Amino acid sequence: MAYSDKVLDHYNNPRNVGSLDKNDFGVGTGVVGAPECGDVMKLQIKVNEQTGVIEDAKFKTFGCGSAIASSSLATEMLKGKTIDQAHEIKNTTLVSELNLPPVKIHCSVLAEDAIKAAIDDFRSKQQSKRDEAKKAS
Amino acid sequence: MALDLTRPIYLDYQATTPMDVRVLEEMMPYMTTQFGNAASRNHAYGWAAEEAVEKAREQVAKVIGADPKEVVFTSGATESDNIALKGAAHMYKDKGDHIITLLSEHKAVLDTCHRLERDDQAKVTYLTPKSDGIVDLEELENAITDKTIMIAIMMANNEIGVIQPVKQIGEICRKHNVVFFTDAVQAVGKVPVDVNEMNIDVLALSAHKIYGPKGVGALYVRRKKPRVKLSPVIDGGGHERGMRSGTLNVPGIVGLGKAIELCAEEMEEESKRLTYLRDKLKDGIMSQLDEVYINGSYDHRLPNNLNISFAYVEGEGLLMGMKDLAVSSGSACTSASLEPSHVLKSLGVGEELAHSSIRYSMGRFTTEEEIDFAIELTVKAVNRLREMSPLYEMAKEGIDLKSIQWEHH
Repeated sequence: MAYSDKVLDHYNNPRNVGSLDKNDFGVGTGVVGAPECGDVMKLQIKVNEQTGVIEDAKFKTFGCGSAIASSSLATEMLKGKTIDQAHEIKNTTLVSELNLPPVKIHCSVLAEDAIKAAIDDFRSKQQSKRDEAKKAS
Repeated sequence: MALDLTRPIYLDYQATTPMDVRVLEEMMPYMTTQFGNAASRNHAYGWAAEEAVEKAREQVAKVIGADPKEVVFTSGATESDNIALKGAAHMYKDKGDHIITLLSEHKAVLDTCHRLERDDQAKVTYLTPKSDGIVDLEELENAITDKTIMIAIMMANNEIGVIQPVKQIGEICRKHNVVFFTDAVQAVGKVPVDVNEMNIDVLALSAHKIYGPKGVGALYVRRKKPRVKLSPVIDGGGHERGMRSGTLNVPGIVGLGKAIELCAEEMEEESKRLTYLRDKLKDGIMSQLDEVYINGSYDHRLPNNLNISFAYVEGEGLLMGMKDLAVSSGSACTSASLEPSHVLKSLGVGEELAHSSIRYSMGRFTTEEEIDFAIELTVKAVNRLREMSPLYEMAKEGIDLKSIQWEHH
């Protein structure tokens, strides 16, 4: 199968590979997929707790080139967005940006799921932080 | 000598092989000047073609220890497999309708069996191989019933290169009066084959896996002790003793004959050379990377095959990182079916490791420089992807990946 230049670029020069401290209250972590299915994505966001703006994003992905490219592109798109804006990112944007063929659409769906999972994790951490603050006061 | 990297290093000889120029030279006249139809009995063109076909029949027969009359030419191994299974199911329907095969067989055998089942022409037992890929002989013998007409077990596996104990399988078949059919596509020309010593009754082989042309193969069908008969799948002019009608592919058949002869002549030396290269590849990779697993028995294996899984790295992603190598993967992503390799699955290799498997297969034109390059590139690509792999990170943190509740899609 021939890959698009965009996929090749992200595969060969992945942006934002790495990990953030998952115990940090400002970090949201999403891990989606399953090893048996051949795709696992871990996507993390570092959010400014005052403004809700995503200041940093990192990923690690086990998967094919399209899965790596989808998560790499996702981290690029996340930076600078508020978490509400980030929640609106659709897999179709990744598909058209990377020219993914139909058999690879699931890679973009997985990336969208990873974004949502990271945001959910961040929000639930913030909630538990507020709960604890309430308890303490 | 510097490596030519204008195109990928070819390490996919089990998929197909380049033609040897010696084979091509032998074929050339039969496409231009000696173009006759081997069935034309009344002029010199036909006689020359027939003579060439009969020579090739002898060449094929000699290499597998058969009589030339027992060799039927076909369009390739898929057709040979179809004739063997469908032909036996039809011919022996009064005796029984039970076929035994292995889950790790080639699709040409498995899908033919599925069709026979769907069409109510056979009942098929699919045995699970042991974790090393080899058939459990006791289980095989126990699966035989008074309705069993054929046992279909390949000689060497196309994905993992594992060689089955065909001689013992042949003995079991003989003892129970069951026809033994073996798909020997990957074995012929690489390891010694003798249909009498191994009690093989029907054998399929192909030219393009042994440096011959694509589109031609053969089927060995035993003529005595016992005489095996197979109903044809293709009807027509009654060529090939009625077992395979259709004008003979004379140049292709000439190529098959020459190709198999060359393989036999060079087998001993070539086998040593390939074993050396294969061991070097394995040792080179395994000494530099941890958590690498060999799929299938290493001892009972073709000299040219290495099938290994690199934990925490996905096969298709890995292939992309090794684009200077032409190899294949058992990953689902590389096939249309979205299912990982059925062969690795049948061995009980976990799906996550099946997704991480790479098959390297070497051949006549593989050099030591190419193997050195393959080792270097593989190690580099695996390390790079592991750095990117969340699974590798978790494993290094001591997290048991099996303990995690993954959400399946």
